[in-house]
Amino acid sequence: MKGNEALAEAAIQAGCSFYAGYPITPQNEIPEYLSRKLPAAGGTFIQAESEVAAINMVYGASACGARAMTSSSSPGISLKQEGISFLAGAELPAVIVNMQRGGPGLGNISASQADYFQAVKGGGHGDYRMIVYAPYNVQELWDLTLLAFDKADEYRTPVMVLGDGILGQMMEPFEPTPYVRPLLPEKTWALGGCVNRQPNVVRSLYMADGELERRNGLLQEKYRTMKARDVLYQTYDVGDAELIVVSFGIAARIAIAAVRKLREEGWKIGHFRPVTLFPFPERQLRELAGPDRRFMTVELNAGQMVEDVRLAVNGRSDVLFYGRPGGAIMTPEELYERLKDELKG
Amino acid sequence: MNKTIDRSPSLKKVPLRYCPGCGHIIIHRLIAEVIDALNIRERTIGIAPVGCAVFAYDYFDIDMLEVAHGRPPAAATGMKRVRPDSIVFSYQGDGDLASIGTAEIVHAANRGENISVFFVNNATYGMTGGQMAPTTLRGQVTTTTPKGRETGTAGYPLHVAEMLAALEGPSLIARTAVDSPANVKTTRDLIERSFRCQLENKGFSMIEILSACPTNWNMTPSQSTIWLREHMMNEFKLGVFRDAGKANVTRG
Repeated sequence: MKGNEALAEAAIQAGCSFYAGYPITPQNEIPEYLSRKLPAAGGTFIQAESEVAAINMVYGASACGARAMTSSSSPGISLKQEGISFLAGAELPAVIVNMQRGGPGLGNISASQADYFQAVKGGGHGDYRMIVYAPYNVQELWDLTLLAFDKADEYRTPVMVLGDGILGQMMEPFEPTPYVRPLLPEKTWALGGCVNRQPNVVRSLYMADGELERRNGLLQEKYRTMKARDVLYQTYDVGDAELIVVSFGIAARIAIAAVRKLREEGWKIGHFRPVTLFPFPERQLRELAGPDRRFMTVELNAGQMVEDVRLAVNGRSDVLFYGRPGGAIMTPEELYERLKDELKG
Repeated sequence: MNKTIDRSPSLKKVPLRYCPGCGHIIIHRLIAEVIDALNIRERTIGIAPVGCAVFAYDYFDIDMLEVAHGRPPAAATGMKRVRPDSIVFSYQGDGDLASIGTAEIVHAANRGENISVFFVNNATYGMTGGQMAPTTLRGQVTTTTPKGRETGTAGYPLHVAEMLAALEGPSLIARTAVDSPANVKTTRDLIERSFRCQLENKGFSMIEILSACPTNWNMTPSQSTIWLREHMMNEFKLGVFRDAGKANVTRG
C-alpha cells in the first residue's frame, strides 16, 4: 500500500463520508482508491470538474454535517485557497491534503516543501490559520489523517495534511491502528432542515458594525487554543547538542539519517522535528535555544520554515539554513557533509 | 381593513432590503410560497449567492448556506449527496451563474444533480454597481460598457437556458419572467415543477427568471418593466427548453 492509499484508507476509517477531488500528480492514488472504496463504505466520491468545484463540494457537504475531504498537489491547492478561506470564515470542518510538488507554476512532479508558507500562514485571503500536520512516514500519514478529522470537528476548522510526492508514493510497513472516535460536540450548527428548531445559517459574511471584528476575535482565540494544546513535535538527541537540525516531513527522513551518522561518530548534534507546522512548536524551540547552541533548518525549498525557527528562538541562537528548491532532493550523504563542515567550525 | 394576503411562513416578516421595482422581492416570495405549498420547509436548504441576494439568508426562514461567487452548484452537489432527503436549491444571479460560475453550473447540470437552481437574470451586476454581465444586451450601456456592449470586444449575451438544455443531464430547463401577473404565475408554476423534480428524484432543474434592476438600469420601476419586455425578452425567449419527461417520450 502506497502512502497515498494509506491516507485514503485512514480517511475512510475516520468516518469520512464525502470526498471530491480533481486529478493531479503525485496524489492520484488518493481519488483512485476512494473511487473504489468510499462508495462501498457508504460514502460519496465525486471527480469534480475543477479544484475550485471540489473544495466547494466539500464546503457544502461539511455544512450539512458530513466528514469531508479533498486532496490535491501544489497547483491544485492554489486553486482551492478561495474555498479554504470560506471554510475558515464559515467555521466549517474539512480535511485538505496537499501532496506537494515542485513549483512555482506547473513546476515539476518531484517532492517539494515549497508550499510551507501557503499552508501555515493562511494561504487564502483574510486572517485565518488552519492546523497543518506534516507526516514524515506512512505510519504518520495514517495516524495524522485520523487525527485531522477529529481536530477539524473539534475546532470547526479546515485542517491540512501536508505531505509530498515521495511520501505519497512511498511503500513501507506501518500499523493501521484502529480509529477510536473521541467525544466531540454535536454538530448542532449543521444544515439539514429546521425540524423542531430555528433555521441554521452558515455564512462568512458579517456586515453589521463591528460584527466581523468580533468574529475575527473568536477565530484568533481558537488559534491561541490550538497553540496551547495541539503542538506536536519530536526530538532526537537534543540534550547536549551544539547543533540542532530542524526539519519536517520527508526532509526530516533525510536529515535524521545524516544526524544519526554524525552522532555515532561522536558529534554533538541533535534533531528537532515539528509535526504540527501550525501550531508551530515555538515555545519548545525557544526553550532549547541559547548562546552555546546553533540551529540549522533543512528544507526542500529556498528557506521558509527557517523564518519561523528564527522567530521562535528570537535571537538566542544562530539559525542557519540548508535547502534545495525546485523539486530537487538532497541526499543524506550531501547533508552529512554540509553538517560536518558546520560542526568542524 | 382586513389583510387578505400575507407572506408565506417560509419568508420572514422582516423588511426586504431590495430597491423598488427589483424582481428579487417577487422571486423570494414565490419560492417561499411554493416551499410552504409543498410543505417542505423543514426539509429545505437554500443557498444565498454573492450579490444583492446574499441577504436571502436573512429573509428565508429555512436553513441557509452562503456560498462563494459562482460556486453554489458545487456546494449544492456536496449538500444533496450527503443529505439526499433534503430539498436543496441555489439562488444565483447572472454574474454568479453565467460568468464566474459557468464551470460549476454546466457540470452540476451535466451530472444531473438532483437540485433546483433559480437563476435571476437582470443583465447587470447589481450589488457592485451596474457593470456588464454575461447576459448584458448588445449595445446596453453599463458602468464598464460606457459606449454600450460591443460584441466585437465584449462578446454576446449568454443564453444559459439554451446552453444547458443541450445537455443530457438536466430534467427541466426553462426561462420565465416576473414582469406581469401572468408571467409571475408561470414563474411560480415553474418553481413548483422544479421542486417537484427534486421530490420525484428526476434530477437537475434550472429556472432562469428575467428580472428588472431599475436602479442600475437608471430607470423607474415601470420603465424597467417595459424595457425588460421590449429588450430582454427579445433577446432571451421565454419557454421550456428541456423537459426530460417529454423528451424521452418523443424519442420513443
